[in-house]
Amino acid sequence: MRPAEDPPPRRRRHVGGHDLGAIFLGGFAGSLARSALARGFPVAAGHWPWPTFAVNIFGAALLGYVITSRQERDPPTLTGRSFVGIGLCGALTTFSTMIAELLAMLEASRWGLAAAYATASVAGGLAAVLLASRLARRGLAGG
Amino acid sequence: MSFLALWLGVGVLGGLASLARFLIARLVAESTRGDFPLGTLAVNLSGTLVLGVLLGAALRGDGYLLAGTATIGSYTTFSTWMFESEREGEARRRVAILVNLLAGLALGLAALWLGRKLGGG
Repeated sequence: MRPAEDPPPRRRRHVGGHDLGAIFLGGFAGSLARSALARGFPVAAGHWPWPTFAVNIFGAALLGYVITSRQERDPPTLTGRSFVGIGLCGALTTFSTMIAELLAMLEASRWGLAAAYATASVAGGLAAVLLASRLARRGLAGG
Repeated sequence: MSFLALWLGVGVLGGLASLARFLIARLVAESTRGDFPLGTLAVNLSGTLVLGVLLGAALRGDGYLLAGTATIGSYTTFSTWMFESEREGEARRRVAILVNLLAGLALGLAALWLGRKLGGG
């Protein structure tokens, strides 16, 4: 029997002003870091887009670690993951720029480069989440 | 535009875009049934369409940094797309993981192409 005061299901959690503030600040920091890298290390056409690739893989690993350690240790709260998970990781990583880089490679007929970039991003992103989640679970089991 | 105003704009627009991403993904997730992560897909595809419009309109320099890199770059997200796909893999929903990855890439390219046409490119 579930007690009547059970917390509501995850999707209906109340979002407070502090959550929105944390998401804004995390997004502020993530946007600054990624935009500074993009401006500081411009990528010439036909080359590997290292700035986007690096933030995407790093951000996927950080999100996997943070969500796993928060979700599986405590009852999940939105506040705990707003700053790093939704704000910082969300804004530090980018989908749209990666797609723009891929389309430019395809239109330049750099098929091999496009295939390698798409594959490395997806496989690398999945591996980053998987390994970071394992690391977080090992930390939980040990501590 | 001064250095400070430019980078303050990059931060503020990134913060606001992150709020928009969170609220829109949540709205889509709440109004659809099932476990498939449609909220993230909706955000990523709509953002990529708008980036296409900006590229089609040949926006460059500081304008592109603010509207494209900072705003649309922060609105769309790679990390949640990967996180949700990896969790589908852990739950052994192999079809869902493949659909999420391949649909994301294929529809993303189509959205960018369409946006560029709309933007006049």
